[in-house]
Amino acid sequence: MTKMKRRTFTHLAASAAGLSVLGFPMLARAKGANVVVIGGGFGGATAAKYLKRFDPSINVTMVEPAKSFVTCPFSNTVIGGLNPIGRITHGYDGLRKRGIKVVHDKAAAVNAAGRKVRLAGGATLSYDRLIVSPGIDFRWGAINGADASIAGVMPHAWQAGPQTVLLRRQLEAMPDGGVFVISPPVNPFRCPPGPGERISLVANYFKRSKPKSKIIVLDPKKKFSKQGLFKEGWAKLYGGMIDYRNLDNDGQVVRVDAGAMTLETNFGDMVKGDVVNFVPGQRAGKIAQSSGLADKTGWCPVDQLTFASRLLPNVHVIGDAAIAAPMPKSGFAASTQAKVCAAAVTALLSGRAVSKPKFVNTCYSLIAQDYGISVAMVYDFADGKIIKVKGSGGLSPSGASDAFHGQEADFARGWYDSITADIFG
Amino acid sequence: MRAIGCITILALAGLVLPGGARAEDQRGIIMANTCHSCHGTDGRSVGAMPSIAGKSSDYIVETLRKFRDGKKPSTVMARIAKGFSDDEIVALAKHFAQQ
Repeated sequence: MTKMKRRTFTHLAASAAGLSVLGFPMLARAKGANVVVIGGGFGGATAAKYLKRFDPSINVTMVEPAKSFVTCPFSNTVIGGLNPIGRITHGYDGLRKRGIKVVHDKAAAVNAAGRKVRLAGGATLSYDRLIVSPGIDFRWGAINGADASIAGVMPHAWQAGPQTVLLRRQLEAMPDGGVFVISPPVNPFRCPPGPGERISLVANYFKRSKPKSKIIVLDPKKKFSKQGLFKEGWAKLYGGMIDYRNLDNDGQVVRVDAGAMTLETNFGDMVKGDVVNFVPGQRAGKIAQSSGLADKTGWCPVDQLTFASRLLPNVHVIGDAAIAAPMPKSGFAASTQAKVCAAAVTALLSGRAVSKPKFVNTCYSLIAQDYGISVAMVYDFADGKIIKVKGSGGLSPSGASDAFHGQEADFARGWYDSITADIFG
Repeated sequence: MRAIGCITILALAGLVLPGGARAEDQRGIIMANTCHSCHGTDGRSVGAMPSIAGKSSDYIVETLRKFRDGKKPSTVMARIAKGFSDDEIVALAKHFAQQ
């Protein structure tokens, strides 16, 4: 550009931005704005990709410590021996090719007043808007004996990766006739149908390889997601292998003894397992706690139109960490919220009105390789809140045919392939 | 100067979020984006779900209405289609027909 042209361009770009405020939104762009995304999972990676799709002029920097991402969705198929860990591992080259700067570091602190993120490696990133998608952290210490050190002995496997592999190895090493004990977390937690699917796919593995083994479930809740459908499938496929004890049947764990591989229940029953999968209660990921994005519930209150934090300015929170009820804490929900948030951030940066979102969540679960079930819901936005669309959504029908469940299992895999390509591709 | 100005403004306009011009168009895009999770980015599926990109608008409208009204068997699509009005179904159909 010549000096004259550059000046003209700058002048016109400024006019364009000004015009947009005066009612010519066709010209509204977030020219050169900086958006930092913390977290490279279902929420963060989707937000980064869709920001670039919506407005290529935005400089998008995504901060994620891991070089590749292992998905929690479908990690139960790895634990059950149906898939290798590589099947659920995704790199970030696809995002880099789209012009997103991927920084492999950990966000250490957010300075909302200065609009800066400090990284553990020492660097500082400035932003116009920040999107935080930190996933979950565990409430270690809420139950006697359950501190973070037990995860090496009693894996939670509720953040996928090494924990997933550890639990799989323990199940492989367990003798036939052994006992697998699983203790799902209290509400609210990531992936409500996750425990039911994990119980199913471990039972599926035992049925194939260790048929004399047993599963004991100690659930601190009265009921769990898709309970009727899971119990129908268990009765059909796994006979008496699964001993499910809920809150009313002494399912609440009050003490963990990792040395003795024992969980103690409220009524003093000492339940010993050869493999113990203790999943602690949860809260928003660490950076949300340390930066003041989480409230006393442990989760992050947001404006459900834009996912803007109610506690810090110019910061948005999406995914499991956000209080987006009635949406569940699912990978699908995180990804679809990320698109809504990316559109809102693009609009806010360029002075356009933010559109009301309308979105879907579908959670598939596998009870066996060829036996899938689902729960779905359509969400709208009204009176300042996300609402369920009346008459939409719900569970797969009970008593459905094998063909129906076979098709839902195919669609579960189809969903996984489409959503991971949509996020990381 | 005037000519350069026009070109610059057109260039700026051309790169805008598709449909970003009007809030209702943007709502259509946001609605459609949620479909990508199963039917693939822009409706190009990489798995078991059918691709919907480039299907005729009439076909998409008719299929979604049949799902919604229980006239076409499905696993999950009846449950999802029930969440969308006639106008929203038309907006979704137009969007994916253009992909």
